[in-house]
Formats: sequence, C-alpha cells, structure tokens
Amino acid sequence: MARAITTQRKITLTAVAWIIALLIFFPILWTILTSFKTEADAIADPPLFLNFHWTLENYAVVQDRSDYMRYLWNSIAIAVGSTALGILIAVPAAWSMAFVPGKKTKDILLWMLSTKMLPAVGVLYPIRLILIQTGLLDTKGALIVILTLINLPIIVWMLYTYFKEIPGEILEAARMDGATLRSEILYVLTPMAVPGIASTVLLNIILAWNEAFWTLTLTTVDAAPLTAFIASYSSPEGLFYAKLSAASTMAIAPILIMGWFSQKQLVRGLTFGAVK
Amino acid sequence: MGRITLDKVRKAFGDVEVIPPLDLTIEDGEFVVFVGPSGCGKSTLLRLIAGLEDVSGGQIRIDGEDATMVPPAKRGLAMVFQSYALYPHMSVKKNIAFPMKMAGMPQDEQERRIASAAKALNLTDYLDRRPGQLSGGQRQRVAIGRAIVREPAAFLFDEPLSNLDAALRHGMRLEISELHERLTTTMVYVTHDQVEAMTMADKIVVLQAGVIEQVGSPLELYRAPLNKFVAGFIGSPKMNFLEGEEAAKRNAHTIGIRPEHLTMSTTEGAWRGTVGVAEHLGADTFLHIHPDSARSETMTIRVDGSVTARHGDVVWLSPQEENIHRFDETGLRIA
Repeated sequence: MARAITTQRKITLTAVAWIIALLIFFPILWTILTSFKTEADAIADPPLFLNFHWTLENYAVVQDRSDYMRYLWNSIAIAVGSTALGILIAVPAAWSMAFVPGKKTKDILLWMLSTKMLPAVGVLYPIRLILIQTGLLDTKGALIVILTLINLPIIVWMLYTYFKEIPGEILEAARMDGATLRSEILYVLTPMAVPGIASTVLLNIILAWNEAFWTLTLTTVDAAPLTAFIASYSSPEGLFYAKLSAASTMAIAPILIMGWFSQKQLVRGLTFGAVK
Repeated sequence: MGRITLDKVRKAFGDVEVIPPLDLTIEDGEFVVFVGPSGCGKSTLLRLIAGLEDVSGGQIRIDGEDATMVPPAKRGLAMVFQSYALYPHMSVKKNIAFPMKMAGMPQDEQERRIASAAKALNLTDYLDRRPGQLSGGQRQRVAIGRAIVREPAAFLFDEPLSNLDAALRHGMRLEISELHERLTTTMVYVTHDQVEAMTMADKIVVLQAGVIEQVGSPLELYRAPLNKFVAGFIGSPKMNFLEGEEAAKRNAHTIGIRPEHLTMSTTEGAWRGTVGVAEHLGADTFLHIHPDSARSETMTIRVDGSVTARHGDVVWLSPQEENIHRFDETGLRIA
C-alpha cells in the first residue's frame, strides 16, 4: 500500500535528511573553513564559525613549502594505474564466475572478500621487506601493484554482481554468431556492462586515492601521493591546524569534485548492483 | 547443406539423466519440430545440437563431420532464442551485421546482405533503431535477420514465438514457414505448442522425459499415433480416451477417439450424456459432454458452429468406428 505523504511529513523528512547530510559533511566543511583562518583563529575557543578573518595565506605557505603538483601527479598515477590494472584482471575473473560458475565459485568469492577482513598491518613487514630487497620501495609501480591487490576483491565482486544481471542468452547468441571468447567479452559483455564498469572504476579511484596506510608506509619522497602530503603537515604538537586544513582541502578537492559530478554512478556502485 | 545426425546422444546434469541415449537424423532442408511438454528435454536437445551444452555421450555429426567437440561458433548453425537475445547496445543494423563481422566478411558484402535481409523482413525503416525501441514482433524479425545473413547450414529456433501475443504469433508462424520455403535450409524448431508443430513441420519429433515417443509427418502422427502419449498430445482439442467395457468390446485396453470423429444426435447413439460447457468458436463449437456412465470424466466433441446445444441438454454420441485408435495396457498402439 502506498502511504499518503502529507506536506507536514514531507517537510519533516526533508529536514531530517538535511540534518543527517550536514552532520556527515560537517568535518569536511570545518576543514575547508579552517583552511581560510589564521592559525590563531583556527584554535580560538569558543570556535569561530564564519566570523573570522578570511585569508589565503595558508595556501600560499603550503604551496611555497611543498610541491603540490608532484604529490597530485603521484596520487593520480597510483589511483588510475591500480584501478586500470585491477579492471584488466577482474573482468575475465568476474566473467568466468558469473557465466561459467564451478562448484567452488561461491567459496572463492567469499574467500576473496575475507582477505579484506585481514588487518593490513599483518602483512606490512613481509611486503615492506620484499620491496626493500627488490629495490621497489618508494616507487609508483610497487604502490600500483599493492593497491591493485588490496582492492581487487571489491572490483571482482562489483563486476560479478553487474555481470550477473546480464542475460546469459545474449552471450550464447554471440557464441552462435561466431564470436570467440575475446570478441564476446570485448564486443558484447563489456559494452553492456559499461554502467557497472564505470561505477566500479569511480569507486576504486576514490578508494585508491584515499588509501593512507599503504601509501604512508611504503613511500618516502619519490612516490609519495597526497596522503603523504597531508601527513607532512601534522605535527605532534598540533600547532598548524590552519595549514594542515589547507593541505587537506587541496588533497581532497580533486576527488570531491570528481565525486560530485559522478554522484549517480557512485550511488549505483555503492548499492552493488542491487538497484536497477 | 545441413544434415544433422545424432548418434546415441546422451545428456546428464550431474546424476540426473535428462536425455537417455537417443538417435535422430535431420535431413538436409527439412523443417523439423521438437515438441513435448515442459521439461521433456526438447530445449536441451536443441542446445546440444547448437553446442551450447556439452553432450555426456554419443556423437553429433553435421554433414557427416563429427561436430561433437566443435564449439558453437564453428558449427555453422544459427540460433533464434525465445528472449530474442539481441545486443541491446547495438543498432538493428549492427545486430544483423554482428555474425558477418565475426566472420570477417568484406564490408560491401555485409551491406548487401543487410539490405536484402532488411527488405525481406520489413526492417528497412528500423535499421538505425536500438532493440529497445522495437515491438516484440520486430525484435523477433531482427533475431531472424541476424540468423539468415550468415547463410548457416541450419537454423535452430528455441520457442521463438512464445513471447508474442496470439495475433502476432500466427503472422510470424507464416513468415517463418515462408522463409523455409524460400531458403530451403534445414530448420530445427522447438515448441511446446502442438499447433505450431502441426502447421509448420515436415517432420515432428515428439519428446517426453528425454525420450523420442514418435517421429513422423504431422498427418502420420495425427492419423496413427504410436502410443497414448502422442495420441493425447497431438490434436486440438485433445483425443478422448475410454477404458473398460467399451474398450474391451474392441479388443483393447484403452480406445481413443478424436472430438472431430464423434457424431452427435439428440435422439439416438452409442453413448448418452448431458452437455456441460459449450465453447463457441464461430465456425466450430466444442461441447464438453458428461457421459451418464462414468467411463470417462468428460468427452469433447466438435460440432458445426450452427448447432445449438445448451448446458444440461441430453445428447447421444456415436464414434466413427474407422477412426477409433486402440491401445494396449502399456499404452502402445494396436495395429
């Protein structure tokens, strides 16, 4: 039964939604506001909301002290690289699990996801040692491979759920039409799964962009992405809130803007193909 | 050429044998219909021929060559699916071109074949549309177009009309029959609808539980069904079956008599009964009669549309003795 939605009910729901949204967004908003304050205003008690002296000084200092563009480039390379590599591996894997499942397919899917439950720090030392010995520590290539492996289970899962929605008869038709496995995946499956692949790509770029644990522990200078850029402004004394906020704002701005423009795809991605 | 031979072909899913070893030959140019109730294995059999399922035993030969292990793409067969299975992201033109593109056919030859298929199937005005913008009948024609352009050794149809409404279904039935007349290519057609089987087939294969019950022309099956199952499955409305005294009188365990082989009188005849439901189709009327002696639940009789019989009327039925089918205890026909 459809419930009658009264005007009053509508207003209440809208208000609640706005309050929740603001609560979630508030930390980001506060970071952005703080980035425009002087260091003194940033730690003022009681906190100043809008009635402070607006300044761009922090951005100037941050830009002066570190090379933002280099960190940005590293972040882009690592996020895009690991996502591309992940998709390349995950498409055939998800194809086989969705369309030619074996007896163990369900177990493999669950096992893959279970690797995400493992605390990352548990494998930190082996990985770090391997990278040191192979001379790959602090290289973008190593980070791309590590982040690919970290996020691969999610990519495979997402693609698997999208592929499951594609009727098998269409792929059989392609086979009857003389398509080889390669043509079948390239010309039929992939174009049909483009919306799903797009949201998987978006979500993964965000995950890789935000990944801090591995990027902080496996890089020093050369391959350091924006997460390391932010971290370099946090000091144990906690004195430079405004500059830290400016650095954070610069670090999250690109991904925030990308997320804003791809909201629709992302929502679909986050619901894991449950909503058609 | 398109001669398909199944030699002791067997299919099991795990421990369940859906098709026990089976032999069948489909001659070049024949229109063969696999018909049977749901779950009789007719679609599985078609998919075995297509190569979409692997056989569990036996051999499939296409034009004399062993195709048992050949992947579907290389068997040279074309298939039309129940769900049409068009590529939703491609235009009608690209859908039709796909098999030719896969075969690496020259562009101008592709164009020529698309144009002639589109003309034959009334699709010329729709070539740039996507499948989602077409009606059910048009989609089905695109699926057929996609099948004919590659000039396959044989066409496989898997219940192609069951998603269409009744009026369209009749039209498409004629179109497919006409296509067969024109192309004279082997066609294997799966349906659960015995009317489609009767009207389209050169040869009908009646299946039940993976076993071939009878193979023959539509009229052979109608006139001389090998067993009770085929007798009851072929013909509409269904054949009436009688057991007991009436059958014993004719040296049989069961006798069968088709609705069109009964005559009705209001005064005299072999069996007395009362009229139940009357189905008026216009030209014909089907009367469901409850016999006085409970030797059969109801009997169906076909009478002329002009006959007026109402619910509760007492009538007499008489069989045409020469059209009575006799069956033994196991359901087999007694010659």
